[in-house]
Amino acid sequence: MDLRTLAYVILLAPFIAFLLNSFVVQRVWRAAGIFTVLGVLLSFLASVLVFLQVQAGARLDENVFNWLTVAPGGAAAVTLGVRVDQWTALMLLAVTGVSFLVQVYSWGYLHEAEMDEHGHVHIHRDPGFARYFTYMALFTFSMLGLVLANGFLGLFIFWELVGLCSYLLIGFWYYRGRTLSRGLFGAAAGSGMTDERLSPPEAAKKAFLTTRLGDFGFLVGLLFIWAHFQTFNFTEIEHAVGGMPEWVPTVAALLVFCGAIGKSAQWPLHVWLPDAMEGPTPVSALIHAATMVAAGVYLMARSAFLLEHAPNAMLVVALIGGFTAFFAATLGLVNNDIKRVMAYSTVSQLGYMMLGIGVGAVAAGIFHLFTHSWFKALLFLTSGSVIHSTGSQDMREMGGLGAKMPGTFWAMTLAGLSLAGFPLFSGFWSKDAIVGSIPHAHLPVDVTPLLLFFAVVTAFMTAFYTMRVIAMTFFGEWRGDRHVFEHVHEAPATMLWPMLILIPPAVLVGLIWGGVVTPPGMSIPSFLEGHTVVEEMNMGLVGLVTVLVLLGLLLGWLMYGARSVSAAAVTRVFGPLYGWAANKWGFDDLYNWLVGSVVVGLANALALLDRGVVDGVVNGLAQGTVALGRAFRGIQTGQVQTYAWVVFGGLVVVALAVVLPVLFGFRV
Amino acid sequence: MAGELQQFLILGAALFCVGLYGTLAKRNTIAVLMCIELMLNGVNVSFVGFNRYLQPPAAAAGALFAGQIFALFVIAVAAAEAALGLAIVIAVYRLRHTVQMDEIDMLRG
Repeated sequence: MDLRTLAYVILLAPFIAFLLNSFVVQRVWRAAGIFTVLGVLLSFLASVLVFLQVQAGARLDENVFNWLTVAPGGAAAVTLGVRVDQWTALMLLAVTGVSFLVQVYSWGYLHEAEMDEHGHVHIHRDPGFARYFTYMALFTFSMLGLVLANGFLGLFIFWELVGLCSYLLIGFWYYRGRTLSRGLFGAAAGSGMTDERLSPPEAAKKAFLTTRLGDFGFLVGLLFIWAHFQTFNFTEIEHAVGGMPEWVPTVAALLVFCGAIGKSAQWPLHVWLPDAMEGPTPVSALIHAATMVAAGVYLMARSAFLLEHAPNAMLVVALIGGFTAFFAATLGLVNNDIKRVMAYSTVSQLGYMMLGIGVGAVAAGIFHLFTHSWFKALLFLTSGSVIHSTGSQDMREMGGLGAKMPGTFWAMTLAGLSLAGFPLFSGFWSKDAIVGSIPHAHLPVDVTPLLLFFAVVTAFMTAFYTMRVIAMTFFGEWRGDRHVFEHVHEAPATMLWPMLILIPPAVLVGLIWGGVVTPPGMSIPSFLEGHTVVEEMNMGLVGLVTVLVLLGLLLGWLMYGARSVSAAAVTRVFGPLYGWAANKWGFDDLYNWLVGSVVVGLANALALLDRGVVDGVVNGLAQGTVALGRAFRGIQTGQVQTYAWVVFGGLVVVALAVVLPVLFGFRV
Repeated sequence: MAGELQQFLILGAALFCVGLYGTLAKRNTIAVLMCIELMLNGVNVSFVGFNRYLQPPAAAAGALFAGQIFALFVIAVAAAEAALGLAIVIAVYRLRHTVQMDEIDMLRG
């Protein structure tokens, strides 16, 4: 099978599943799940074939659809097409692989076990089962379309589609209202800092609107690119960008980066991702950890040819990425909701990827994207397993689950070690590839020390909060309701097997494809760009990061596992900083204030203009007409003499018109 | 010649105008009918005057007394029209039980 056919299979299998699911009625709910699972499986198998072929050297870059011909003779045309190269092949593997496992997992997740008064357990299927798999199929199709696009416009179309699917899936439980979690310092302290979770529709809106803001920049970027290049095609722009003055690729890259900031939840548009956790956990695993949020990183990787010619843009990307990594890690340190910690972790790791791209190590960034997809998805799936069996997301009500849920425990621990960057696990290789390439950066302003600070301190914090999550959840004493603890059990098979299957990729991808175990040429970075990871690694930095990682893990264990260091004491030491981090550095409040006062105020002023002036004119015209009509109605008395008067009046007018010119000799 | 014709015309015009005013402003339907008759008679006076002073030379013999013939016609038509008018008044009275012009507004849509 050639690449073109495979590409179509990859794209169309989930799309057909989506179409089929749209017609599946609630009664045939199993069909919806089966269609999606099979469709994504088909895409995965095709992606494996694509990968093998691409590794052998096959490439594809062709226009499929000629949308608009602008200049006569087809000189400038807006086209959509397919592109398969090494970046595509890698992303396809990650997207389809994770998606397939998540679909299988979702089947089990959407069945809730409920206990009635007699202690019998009933399995309830979620009423939106068919709808879920319909949206999932659409999402997989959209994400694959994004990866396969051969130009900025095609990418943007699917970019918006994934945004839509994200909205639909975050707001999946649309009937749920806001949830009130326990206060930060416990009810007794009465600090008033409650952790109120948005309702799913509100969270969905927040996600969509925030990413929309970024998409606006992206759209302006599209217009800018067309204005200067007359094409959207990656290859054509790559050939043309060399001849442009530096500001053209700089502006283009920065505008496109706006979209990436929104979609990949970088600062300042990071606020939507934690609230996106209101969606079902498999959704968070697939969309908000492995794939959709990775689209921003993928876009920047695709725009590498723009960035190469725009050092200032690279500086911006690196700084924002580095800061986001650091900032999000601080937020993950103090949060008590297991999913939110994972969400902040995702934002932080995405920051790492952007940092990598910003310093010119695009292959390292994508390598981290690849490894991150697997272990972050596994982390979310295991969190989902915990939530599914305990019914709670608050880690302060957990503890001691290790014995009761061994599969979940080992999966989360191994994935967590990978995330933290424990030596030889996959996260270690990709993270150190990025950190190692920071000193090699050639940025206009030498911010290397700052970036190194961000990267290294974040690694420490990542290790610490990861161990915190694992220890609070699986070790120690159960701190929640006794009845719940009695019924806590390991995840059902449909949920457990995907998690177990994900363990090897989450742990070993870095090792096998990091250029260590594999022969040169087969490793991911060389596959992507031509040199192995090991070359990039700066041993001194690697050593420093590893030490910090181990320190972080140790400290996390001491504070939350062995309880030898008191968490409360540390909190008191860091006092105001703790509260500042717990309040997300005030950004949510700032944005709420901005929207509430500035945006809403402006909207009110304009509404006043609209109601007063515009409506006033229209209403005024109407009322004037009515008044005029009312005035003329006075003539219609129904009396003959009135009409006779009118006739007489007309006669007088005519007579004057005839007589006066004659009388005065046509003088007016 | 012109002065005497003018006197006839002035009289005719005066009668017509008085009749016109009455037609437009009188409340009683019968009075309106009478004023209509007045207008017609004013016109008759004008016809007779034109006939006396603007008679064409003997050549057009058929038109010798055209004005007076015309006036006779007007009188006949006026009579017929008066009869019709009174019939209408009676019909309206049977419907509305009034002959006051401002109470008859059935033409109103």
